Amino acid sequence: MEHLLEIKNLSKIFTLHNLGKKIHAVSGIDISLKQGEFIGITGKSGSGKSTILKSIYGTYKIQEGSIRYNSKKYGPINLTTATAREMIYLRKHEIGYVSQFLSVMPRTSARELVKQSLMEMGTPQEKADWETEKMLEHFELDKELWDSYPATFSGGEKLRLNIARAMVKRPRLLLLDEPTASLDLDSKMKVKVLIEQLIKEGTTMLGIFHDLEFMENLCDREYSMQNGMLSNSISY
Amino acid sequence: MTGYERPVLSVKHLNKQYGRGCLKCVNKASLLKNYCPSCGTVYACQDISFDVHPGEVVGIVGESGSGKSTLMKCLYFDQEVTDGEAYISVYENGEKNLFQQSAQQKRYIRNNVMGKVYQNPLLGLKMDFSSIGNIAEKLISAGNRHVKMMESRGIELLDKVNIPVHRRKEAPKKFSGGMQQRVQIAKALSNNPPLLLLDEVTTGLDLSVQASVLDLIKELQRELNISIVLVSHDLSVIRMLADRTFVMLEGKVIEEGLTDQILEDPQASYTQQLVHSML
Ligand SMILES: Nc1ncnc2c1ncn2[C@@H]1O[C@H](COP(=O)(O)OP(=O)(O)OP(=O)(O)O)[C@@H](O)[C@H]1O
Ligand SMILES: Nc1ncnc2c1ncn2[C@@H]1O[C@H](COP(=O)(O)OP(=O)(O)OP(=O)(O)O)[C@@H](O)[C@H]1O
Ligand SMILES: [Mg+2]
Ligand SMILES: [Mg+2]
Ligand SMILES: [Zn+2]
Repeated sequence: MEHLLEIKNLSKIFTLHNLGKKIHAVSGIDISLKQGEFIGITGKSGSGKSTILKSIYGTYKIQEGSIRYNSKKYGPINLTTATAREMIYLRKHEIGYVSQFLSVMPRTSARELVKQSLMEMGTPQEKADWETEKMLEHFELDKELWDSYPATFSGGEKLRLNIARAMVKRPRLLLLDEPTASLDLDSKMKVKVLIEQLIKEGTTMLGIFHDLEFMENLCDREYSMQNGMLSNSISY
Repeated sequence: MTGYERPVLSVKHLNKQYGRGCLKCVNKASLLKNYCPSCGTVYACQDISFDVHPGEVVGIVGESGSGKSTLMKCLYFDQEVTDGEAYISVYENGEKNLFQQSAQQKRYIRNNVMGKVYQNPLLGLKMDFSSIGNIAEKLISAGNRHVKMMESRGIELLDKVNIPVHRRKEAPKKFSGGMQQRVQIAKALSNNPPLLLLDEVTTGLDLSVQASVLDLIKELQRELNISIVLVSHDLSVIRMLADRTFVMLEGKVIEEGLTDQILEDPQASYTQQLVHSML
């Protein structure tokens, strides 16, 4: 496979049985990413941006089109037909996702959450401890918070933790859904530094940003979406 | 690592009917939901197949009467299956259908390679025995005879599930619902089973107690890397614990997938209804 990820003619239709309604969330999407590329997606609310990422991650089921991914373990694999077990493996080891909305486990400490990310991919205990601390330090998460429950964190702290959890894995493909939306400038810069570091390490990224300036400084190519379709692309 | 990962549990075409069936319902065409109005037979589980992998939590959801508990009872031999197969990798190298084993072998399997927590603690515990005695009972069934060792294992387990060790001699009937579930969990874990069956472990508990039992399960799962089949009609429990989820309706699995996919992009009309009723 020439690309790390090839999305071809992707369409997603939600069928709402009780309303007898079909929602065409996205249609005819073609996007390809080479290893190490960072591609951004912009567009109005409801234009279908998150749908693309969730379709790649397996949260949404796809009936039309294909998403071919060049996996380290499986080789080229179509994510729209991969089994749940394969997706679970890829999520643990190869594909990271930072969601637009926070998903934190209620009673797991910040430190545990980040560490789990590493442990589930087989990182040895000591290395996991060390990398966890390094990551929490980078985001300047207050040391007093490391061992407390994220449920009590501020929005920005939760978000930073969420990103730390995904990034600490150094995934082969990282999907970012508005990772900086509600962060202050300082935290945004921390995310930026990490993204730049990941770019250097060759991580391939597909990200949604509403902060255009932030995105344009980082990405290789940018797509804009309108009513479920790609309307425009700009390369930098 | 190879491409093929061996499941801990493999269930194939499991069927369970309560009643003999009649000519009208042999082909299951004229059933009212899972029930034959002519002869009263209930087809509680119909052609259920699934695998559970090492360290995986598989969730099973569905409305009341959909067959969830029946499935769990069949797997733990509390009920005899009508037909079907089940294999456990640590028993006879996963080559023998558990349902065809002798009563004695089934007892062995129950006591050594599985643990179960019942929705109703009355079914899982002897309410008048001491808590540690309940744990010892399972250890004895598995062939342990060494009293000191059983005592220390019991203490270790009660501590693990956060029951104060000084209360180990007390009978579960004196405990709160949440504590009783913890004792059941301790008992189920006593022989280090690779597979744990949990049937509505948190139903009927206060929210805060529910949360602490769920935390405990999550923690144990992480620490012991045990495989779990988790039955619940509460989607928030499933969301929190399950990697994959099966949806049951009228005795059949109608949908399965990654838990987040089932919750965010449910396909079947029934699943959409179930998920939306939770929002
Ligand atoms: N799980 C779902 N079920 C039904 N419809 C959905 C679902 N997810 C998204 N949609 C619909 O698909 C369309 C695209 O939604 P999507 O979330 O992809 O937009 P977005 O571009 O990410 O918007 P935002 O910027 O607000 O996050 C919308 O009309 C939305 O209502
Ligand atoms: N011992 C029994 N004899 C006859 N019918 C039974 C018996 N046990 C269960 N059933 C029937 O089998 C079907 C499945 O019951 P089961 O207890 O497995 O449901 P469930 O999904 O666990 O429901 P709940 O969410 O209420 O616990 C129901 O129709 C029930 O009436
Ligand atoms: Mg979105
Ligand atoms: Mg039940
Ligand atoms: Zn009949």
